[in-house]
Amino acid sequence: MDHTLPQPYSAPPEGHVSHSRLERVLRSGRFAITAELNPPDSADPADVYEAARPLGEVADAINATDASGANCHMSSIGISALLTRAGYSPVYQISCRDRNRIAIQGDVLGAAAMGVSNVLCLTGDGVGVGDQPGAKPVFDFDSLSLLRTIKTMRDERKFLSGRTIKNPPQLFLGAAENPCIPPYDWRPERLAKKVEAGAEYIQTNYIYDVPLFEKFMARVRGLGLDKKVYILAGVGPLASARAARWMRSNVPGIHVPDAVIGRMEKAEKPGQEGKKICVELIQQMREIAGVSGVHVMAYRKEHEVSEIIRESGVLASRKR
Amino acid sequence: MYRIRLFAIRHSRSFEWIYKRLESAMIALDPLLAKIGYDRVEHPVAFAEKCVKTVLFDCKMCGQCVLSSTGMSCPMNCPKQLRNGPCGGVRPGGFCEVKPDMKCVWALAWDGASRMKGGAQIHTVLPPVERNLEGSSSWLRVSREKAAHLREAREKRRTAIADAFPGARENEPSAAPLAEEPAQAVKGSK
Repeated sequence: MDHTLPQPYSAPPEGHVSHSRLERVLRSGRFAITAELNPPDSADPADVYEAARPLGEVADAINATDASGANCHMSSIGISALLTRAGYSPVYQISCRDRNRIAIQGDVLGAAAMGVSNVLCLTGDGVGVGDQPGAKPVFDFDSLSLLRTIKTMRDERKFLSGRTIKNPPQLFLGAAENPCIPPYDWRPERLAKKVEAGAEYIQTNYIYDVPLFEKFMARVRGLGLDKKVYILAGVGPLASARAARWMRSNVPGIHVPDAVIGRMEKAEKPGQEGKKICVELIQQMREIAGVSGVHVMAYRKEHEVSEIIRESGVLASRKR
Repeated sequence: MYRIRLFAIRHSRSFEWIYKRLESAMIALDPLLAKIGYDRVEHPVAFAEKCVKTVLFDCKMCGQCVLSSTGMSCPMNCPKQLRNGPCGGVRPGGFCEVKPDMKCVWALAWDGASRMKGGAQIHTVLPPVERNLEGSSSWLRVSREKAAHLREAREKRRTAIADAFPGARENEPSAAPLAEEPAQAVKGSK
């Protein structure tokens, strides 16, 4: 069982920074699974639990997205709090787009108090791609200064103002990386900078271009980063060739090679083919040195996640 | 202006040299400036700085110039004003997610840094911008900061922000300042 509310404040296990199940799984060397929950446009907690149920069957942690694509949905902190109440272990995603340093530092304490033990620090997509492009972009922090700030709160027990925090937030710190988009040569260097800023695990964007990712990972190993940070490769089932093309041109930072789209086009049942590609990707990711797990992002297809993970066989060795 | 900015990044090595000389000069001037009063020189110097840097770098006068750590590519031209590298939305060909006609400021920054002697400074994690310093002179801040940095070796005082971003202050003194700010340099302090 995870460390969830209403647990009293206590020290994390020896050698750990948090009570996170994800941290335990990664540190013990097991192949970790995280999955993304698509936030509801609703104020009913049942909608969150319905989406979480199929993810919870296989995932070590469930990501609560923070208005991804700059589209408004239920907040990540709200979802995270609901998930901890039900015994799930959430990854509280924090985007720098919508809140300034005062709001974010306060929310970090609030989230930790509600039993959240993983955070993912993100820059956030620009407001222009979202459903309310007239919104004011904040970007007070960037993902790296945010990482360093939360690390300072946790390890130094201080806000960025220098004011002391009585009981610091015990959080496993994560960041994102996008290996398959330019500037390719600098992506591993940027990852090194994120580790330097405080990242302890990385969840990548969707990877459909395995050779490109392998090149990235070779450089990551060359820099010795695979020994310093746990990398979870981002995967997800495509719905159809049309949807893949739409994503490629409308969602920032998504690279789908033509070969993959071609395969989707030729398939008789594109939905099945998308799932099959995803299963294959997971199996390929597991073979790449330095990859510690996968992060499954199944947009509006949460119900398929447990099936995909089971078919991939990555959990076969685990007693659950 | 965009073209001149690209020119500056292409010649990042030369501009780095010029900036190093300027920095030395500003540090040498610290006693004089302190005597005249940093408050008195703030507005004229900030004006001159703005004129020069707007032409060369599309400077936004954030007051915490970090050009030497960003390949002479001003990060305030990034629509997300990122201080630590590109976001995950860079388009094919290295173009900006938000402004598709503009090259990614950070793709250019890594490129510029690769030509600079101190290019490795780009690996240092920089703190968020102190928004109340916007519009003030970064050059004067460097002068004060470097001088304060020398004093600090004796005083050993630290603030949380400088502690949290140790490398930043070393490389870019104006990014994590410790020295007293003259009232003229700080918004809303009067």
